[in-house]
Amino acid sequence: MEDTIAAISTPLGEGGIGVIRISGPAALNITKGIFRPRNGGQACEFKPRQMYYGWIVNDLTNTSFPCPSGAKDPMPAPLDEAMVCFFRAPNSYTAEDVVEIQCHGSAVSLRKILSLVISRGARPAEPGEFTKRAFLNGRLDLSQAEAVMDLIRAKTDKTYEVALDQLEGSFSKGIRAIRADITDILVDMAVNIDYPDEDIEELTYGKLESGLEKVRTKLEKYLGTCGTGKILREGLRVSIIGKPNVGKSSLLNALLREERAIVTEIAGTTRDTIEETISVDGIPVILTDTAGIRDTDNVIEKIGVERSKDAFNRADLVIFTLDLSRPLDEEDLDIAEKLESRRVIVFLNKEDAVRDGGDLKAMSAEDLARLREMLPGAVFLEGSAREDAGLSELRDCIKNIVYTGNGETGSGAIVTNVRHENLLREARDYIADAFAQAMDREPLELIEIDVNGAYLALGMIIGEETEGDIIDEVFKRFCLGK
Amino acid sequence: MENILMGEYDIIVIGSGHAGCEAALAAARMGHRTLMFSMNLEAIAMMPCNPSIGGTGKGHLVREVDALGGEMGVNIDKSFIQVRMLNTAKGPAVHSLRAQADKNLYHTEMKKTLEHTENLDLRQGEVTEIIVEDGRACGVRTRTHTWYRAKAVILATGTFLKGKIFIGDAVYSSGPNGLAPSEQLGDNLRKMGISLRRFKTGTPARCLGQSLDYEKMIPQAGDEPPVPFSFMDDEIGENKGLCWLSYTNEETHRIIRENFSRSALFGGQIEGIGPRYCPSIEDKVNRFADKERHQLFIEPEGLDTDEMYIQGMSSSLPEDVQQAFYSTIPGLENIRIVRPAYAIEYDCIDPQELKLNLEYRKIPGLFMAGQINGSSGYEEAACQGLMAGINAVLSIEGRDPFILGRDEAYIGVLIDDLVTKGTNEPYRIMTSRAEYRLLLRQDNADQRLTEKSYRIGLASEERYQRTLAKKRNVEAEKERLMNTYVDRERASDFLEAHGTTGTEGKISLFDMLKRPQISYDDLKEVDGQGRPALSYHERTELEVEIKYEGYISKQLKQIERFKKLENKALPEDIDYEHIDGLRLEARQKLSRVRPLSIGQASRISGVSPADINVLMVYLEKKRRERSAKI
Repeated sequence: MEDTIAAISTPLGEGGIGVIRISGPAALNITKGIFRPRNGGQACEFKPRQMYYGWIVNDLTNTSFPCPSGAKDPMPAPLDEAMVCFFRAPNSYTAEDVVEIQCHGSAVSLRKILSLVISRGARPAEPGEFTKRAFLNGRLDLSQAEAVMDLIRAKTDKTYEVALDQLEGSFSKGIRAIRADITDILVDMAVNIDYPDEDIEELTYGKLESGLEKVRTKLEKYLGTCGTGKILREGLRVSIIGKPNVGKSSLLNALLREERAIVTEIAGTTRDTIEETISVDGIPVILTDTAGIRDTDNVIEKIGVERSKDAFNRADLVIFTLDLSRPLDEEDLDIAEKLESRRVIVFLNKEDAVRDGGDLKAMSAEDLARLREMLPGAVFLEGSAREDAGLSELRDCIKNIVYTGNGETGSGAIVTNVRHENLLREARDYIADAFAQAMDREPLELIEIDVNGAYLALGMIIGEETEGDIIDEVFKRFCLGK
Repeated sequence: MENILMGEYDIIVIGSGHAGCEAALAAARMGHRTLMFSMNLEAIAMMPCNPSIGGTGKGHLVREVDALGGEMGVNIDKSFIQVRMLNTAKGPAVHSLRAQADKNLYHTEMKKTLEHTENLDLRQGEVTEIIVEDGRACGVRTRTHTWYRAKAVILATGTFLKGKIFIGDAVYSSGPNGLAPSEQLGDNLRKMGISLRRFKTGTPARCLGQSLDYEKMIPQAGDEPPVPFSFMDDEIGENKGLCWLSYTNEETHRIIRENFSRSALFGGQIEGIGPRYCPSIEDKVNRFADKERHQLFIEPEGLDTDEMYIQGMSSSLPEDVQQAFYSTIPGLENIRIVRPAYAIEYDCIDPQELKLNLEYRKIPGLFMAGQINGSSGYEEAACQGLMAGINAVLSIEGRDPFILGRDEAYIGVLIDDLVTKGTNEPYRIMTSRAEYRLLLRQDNADQRLTEKSYRIGLASEERYQRTLAKKRNVEAEKERLMNTYVDRERASDFLEAHGTTGTEGKISLFDMLKRPQISYDDLKEVDGQGRPALSYHERTELEVEIKYEGYISKQLKQIERFKKLENKALPEDIDYEHIDGLRLEARQKLSRVRPLSIGQASRISGVSPADINVLMVYLEKKRRERSAKI
């Protein structure tokens, strides 16, 4: 085993403390590059089986960061404070060099540190891989072999389930779309290389470059907007919108009330747009309460409305709030129209009023059906902000959208798992290399290696067989042969 | 009926096509008494379809067959009409050699070689039965009530096995090119429990050259000087003929479309699966309806015949339709067809029932090569024949099988694809099937393979010494280029004259050659004395190695990783059904293919990475159990 593997070893989002385990020959060096001990010095000589206290940092040479404890900023310069312990081979769980990093248990913190470890040369561990290595290296006795195999199976099935969840969403749609673009390029390359004598369009460097550029742009966009990076750095922007008096502020307050313990208030940019940050399973969620959006002649209100629109445009997710006790009107419909192709949760508020009073003017079944038709990808929830009803469903819903994507909207999961993000990055790098080679007019078969690398990386995300695809496509698209 | 024992051999080869010839020659050259059967000795090394050898991927196979001591490369060098290096606009890894062949000369030269090979007997006759005793193949019976004993039998039946020809609504049993089919052997194989499937291929019409108007077609010349296929040849003389290019048009397509219903292909008579990369013209017109024209090449069948091959226009339409659509093509207006186009269907096995040494898993001693394994093409057949011949010898000598890895040869890619992944259509090699294309080049096939073949006793001493000499000469010249410098002024003038930038100081010949614009030949201008007289093969490899250096080392690293899994051997007797951690699908697939290594197992579709992990744990468990017993 030459490569070094890493994974979060504690259940996600459940504990106060989380552990990241790194195993393999590079474990110690990777750790040395990201850990600053509390007691001075930039690097640290690790004695086996001793705990070291300090910070996990992106950049060891930057010494200007403040002490993180009690920091207001949700993302201080060091990623986290941590306890680190080194186990020298063969005296470790896997009988390889192992480092365990104990840090805070939040998903954000763990993912960021794992990403960092991977960027420094480890690869994400496969399900059951630590135990597999432990067995192959003689740490577990023979009687445990069956158990190890079962463990690999079980963990894989579980991962597979999660992955399936994720893949059912639009995330996989996006990956498939990019992969289809790469397929186009590979097919052109294959047919140009293997059928030089045929009467087919020549693949020029110009065409190749524009094809690669298109793929690269898509990958960058995906990485930029869908990757963990932005969300973890800046938080998920959620905009609560709706016409006036449907209960947007009560909804915000209700969500805040639940989160009181960890709420930090950031001053709103204006009096009419308030930003609050809550945490949903470790993901910072920035809630924006907007002024009601409606047409108005009042100058001051107009400014408020513009600001709302701005907040709305920047939002990763929109909570469209409606008042169940009133029939659907033009204003609601206007807003609904603007929500096309956005990630939307429709929160049907004041469910209590309808339930208790049986308001005659309440929203009708037809109204609801019409809304569902207008917003085919949205998730509909009922509740009452005043009575704290439906709020945990709302939180679950936000979480689901973050982790698995909102299938129907076609807009992609917001946070992909670390392995996926890593593969996306790998694909991006391959395409960038291929592009550079095309610019240098390198021969096709060299460029093909990198393009194919990107294709394989994306294939690993969606778990698809690869080799046959290209050749199949070649014959589907081109008329070839003697 | 009493059968007469007519002879005892080490190895019997059934079939004398490109697979059969290589198999028989390899076995005989390795010192074993070999008998090669042919339905008709005129069919030895027959080219029943296109009159050419090589092409993309296929050219690589020929070079590899040659490097291993096979005959195809030597034989085409004796019988070519013209030679072209394809893909020269791209990098050297995909340069591919192709030669037009004089079919008859190819046949007679091969026959001569076979006739003069020690330990090898030829016999015209139809084998009707494989004799199996105690589960092992040990001889053959013929239609003339004779039998022959052998220690191993190689089946290379091509399209003869239950061959059936289709022209329009006419369907009849036949081998290729009007030769008799082999009927009883197919039945016998079925009786032995070998499951057979039907594959299909086709060939265009042949016409007389005198009936064509060459003014209306575009001539296609060979490269000057023609490049030899064989590493044993440095020069092979001159090109001897031209090919011609023309195109179909809307009228051609109209006639074909109006007669779709009369094609055997669309009439549903053909059950066999044809290759997509070798579609008939009716297939092309049907599937690519918006393509305004299809190109075709007119290629000479030989130098002593006026027959021409119409490449790109195979068909199973009736003869009157063939006459009609061929004559719509510019240059072919007055075409006189001498052999009509036809489709042919034949029996073949599922190659997943083979081991990597091409031995039929359930019947030790029975080897198979060529189209019977589901491949298509002369070159694909030849390389399998060679490997089957070698492995039949090794098996009766009790030696380890000779298996080439995907990282070592296109031959390795081809056989691993067939055996590990199987195929649903006639399999053709393509360069994109090879993961390590940059290393598996045609210029270095000898450096990759000759020594291996020499060690197992096939490649001759002379060939081996040539390979060593080439290596020495290339290395020495590389060394010289590294240590020979040209001063700044002279070098800059030279570089700028060739469209690249100058240099700031003195520069070595080696560094200049690394630039894409500079060829080894160009260097002559600035390379004073000491320039050795390298052969064509030496010059080519030298240049490629230097220009590709960075990429080659990158790919070598990838291979190292690949090797780790390939080197983890899986015992043949693993009971996959009882490894609980494996998914059901993986159990079934593994039981069927019985891979030799973890690497091979990982390429079987339906075997997931988790299954591979389970297998690795299982292997370790077995290893520990064994060592506990000792």
